Amino acid sequence: MSKQLNVALIGNPNTGKTSVFNQLTGLKQQVGNYPGITVEKKEGVCKLPRGVKAHILDLPGTYSLNASSLDENVVIELLLNKNDKDYPDVAVVISDVENLKRNLLLFTQIKDLKIPTILVINMADRMERKAITLDVEKLEERLETKIALVSSRKNTGFEHLKELIANYKSLSVEPCVNASVIAPEYFDRLRKAFPKQDLYKLWLVITQDVNFGKLDRNEMQGISSFKTESKSNLKRLQQKETIVRYQFINGVLKETLSIDHLAAKDLRSRLDRVLTHKVWGYVIFLAILLLIFQAIYDWSSYPMDLIDEAFAAAGEWVRNTMPPGAFTSLIAEGILPGLGGIVIFIPQIAFLFLFISILEESGYMSRVVFLMDRIMRRFGLSGKSVVPLVSGTACAIPAIMATRNIESWKERLITILVTPFTTCSARLPVYLIIISLVIPDQKVLYIFSLQSLVLMLLYLIGFGTAILSAWVLDRILKIKKRTFFVIEMPNYKLPLFKNVAYNVIEKTKSFVFGAGKIILAISIVLWVLASNGPGENFTNAEANVTARMEAGAFPQDELDKHISAEKLEYSYIGYMGKAIEPVVRPLGYDWKIGIAIVSSFAAREVFVGTLATIYSVGSDEEETIKNRMAGEVNPILGGPLFNLASGISLLLFYAFAMQCMSTLAIVKRETNTWKWPVLQLVIMSGFAYVVALVAYQLLI
Amino acid sequence: MITSLDTLKRGQKAIILEFTLDQVPLKLLEMGCLPGNEVELVQIAPFKDPMYLNINGSHLAIRRETACHITVETLSDE
Ligand SMILES: Nc1nc2c(ncn2[C@@H]2O[C@H](COP(=O)(O)OP(=O)(O)OP(=O)(O)O)[C@@H](O)[C@H]2O)c(=O)[nH]1
Ligand SMILES: [Mg+2]
Repeated sequence: MSKQLNVALIGNPNTGKTSVFNQLTGLKQQVGNYPGITVEKKEGVCKLPRGVKAHILDLPGTYSLNASSLDENVVIELLLNKNDKDYPDVAVVISDVENLKRNLLLFTQIKDLKIPTILVINMADRMERKAITLDVEKLEERLETKIALVSSRKNTGFEHLKELIANYKSLSVEPCVNASVIAPEYFDRLRKAFPKQDLYKLWLVITQDVNFGKLDRNEMQGISSFKTESKSNLKRLQQKETIVRYQFINGVLKETLSIDHLAAKDLRSRLDRVLTHKVWGYVIFLAILLLIFQAIYDWSSYPMDLIDEAFAAAGEWVRNTMPPGAFTSLIAEGILPGLGGIVIFIPQIAFLFLFISILEESGYMSRVVFLMDRIMRRFGLSGKSVVPLVSGTACAIPAIMATRNIESWKERLITILVTPFTTCSARLPVYLIIISLVIPDQKVLYIFSLQSLVLMLLYLIGFGTAILSAWVLDRILKIKKRTFFVIEMPNYKLPLFKNVAYNVIEKTKSFVFGAGKIILAISIVLWVLASNGPGENFTNAEANVTARMEAGAFPQDELDKHISAEKLEYSYIGYMGKAIEPVVRPLGYDWKIGIAIVSSFAAREVFVGTLATIYSVGSDEEETIKNRMAGEVNPILGGPLFNLASGISLLLFYAFAMQCMSTLAIVKRETNTWKWPVLQLVIMSGFAYVVALVAYQLLI
Repeated sequence: MITSLDTLKRGQKAIILEFTLDQVPLKLLEMGCLPGNEVELVQIAPFKDPMYLNINGSHLAIRRETACHITVETLSDE
């Protein structure tokens, strides 16, 4: 059926728009108890009664149609542009039954735009606990709309909502507040100048600073003459408008809503007293962080060992059962080890996502923002920068997008620039394997494992560097600050298992598949380069090595090993590696590590897979990645290649270097210029090289 | 007693009287910070900033530099 209907979900942040969207469309967009989870519009399809198909749009939350941050602009630009392909036939305003008064402000504004509007009152499941009663019929009458009382948690009320959407033609488009009473003469003049336009829309265009690039310019010509009113005058009018709207809302709610405030004061205040306490607040935050590292390091080591062995066994099985030949060796030596290098990290990454998701779902994140704002401001950041910095431990890309709710451009830019220093999950594979190779497996103070402490230290280094560079940037960047800061403190909620589980599964999946594709491609390329070579040295490798053995250079049982080493050395990749070796040698790396570093400029997690592929070409034995790396010998100094000095140097290199194309692309998108990503790439990677160099030279 | 919002103590309640319009963002008004509404100071963060408020049922945090532009009248009962 081509009878498609555009439906936009609009509402204050954190009222459950995405939860409603997921219920309607069956999709699994991210939900979290923190204002500003959704920052971009997302689309989905919903089947309505009588075969109507609705095109549903999930939007970032906004407190009103007066945009004050980037994610809010999305909504206003959509609603003011009738030519937009997503322009809604129906606006569904999502409100939270516990914050109805505030949520209705936006509702009355949208109503004034004369768009057919449905009011969804979400979180109906909380009404009983909070002793809230609501006269829905009367509210429908006073607001001139249809209301669906739903609970996305309990999945109730959605049939009614779908029915309402399908019948959208019968909705009233009468405004419920007359905004022009705030300045009758002014609005009269406006109406006369643009008889064809909607009055409230004109008012929004006049008062907004947003970029209405797509707006029909011809229709709006001459509107700028109405901006002649001074800025503060306009703002006074906006304040008046807000007051008028609240007067209306208060009047309506007095007749229809009752809340027992005593019942409402409960868990929140008791939890807040502890979680935002001067001392306990920080102690708890730190304890939570410690717990996360313990989980990542200790608890996930068991499934990881299993995965590592399973891949080694799979490679062995392929080699033994498939007919020998190029294809078999491509799978056994190229693809399997490459993929194993990423699959092995699933347990850890899942744990990380699990914790972040629980923190977000419980409502705790806003408390951290509150606790940290003062401290972060010293470094030119905002309390809200904590969220990107914490979620940056999963991945810098969503983290950078999460900066959109930071009001001040300077604070936001600095946050974007320093976020890539936080230890993202792609660094984790590199850290883990190197730590397990070079840091002894000991206990400190009987309980903490030394290895997990080193890991935590690396996270702290990442975080510390982010903070310090923010401090430096704050002093260098000359951007006028217009600071103001408002953050909502949502109610605490028990994380919903389903939401958390979806989050963990979806994010882990996209991590594995995203990285998987790159790794697959790179490992095939590497395998081809490593099993072919130019010139005679490669083709005659076997004969040459055998001759050397016969001359007594080494015992016969080492023959195979020497042959594969010789082949690798004279393969294409060997020559390429030799070319970069002078650059990486001072840091303590051999050419194989050099190749792995170069290939991980596409994405860091490729590092382990690359090494696994390079090391396994030509080897016949069933071996885990770790054992292969442990067995590598430093070609010049002798001794293990991965020792304390080269290990630390590698760890530091990965801590600081900018090795993620996707992050660079996102920074370009969010800042609208290549200047910042290029600076990030050059400065971060240059710094990484210097630090790694110094570390190696000091330790050796 | 008439004072500015940033001088409230924890747990103290007050009624908002007025504010310097250019210093207080519109967003705050839209969240319910309007003359006549009741405000309670729920918690002050370490280093005395930001301040966690309950304005008419809306829970939010703002910085001291904004709070000092809001004039309130304290309510005597704690
Ligand atoms: N108790 C209860 N909680 C709900 C309900 N619907 C959503 N939530 C919770 O409310 C929080 C916010 O939900 P989201 O769907 O992310 O809200 P949003 O409006 O999309 O938020 P932003 O994208 O940040 O603007 C989450 O913690 C949800 O689990 C409901 O019906 N009942
Ligand atoms: Mg959302």
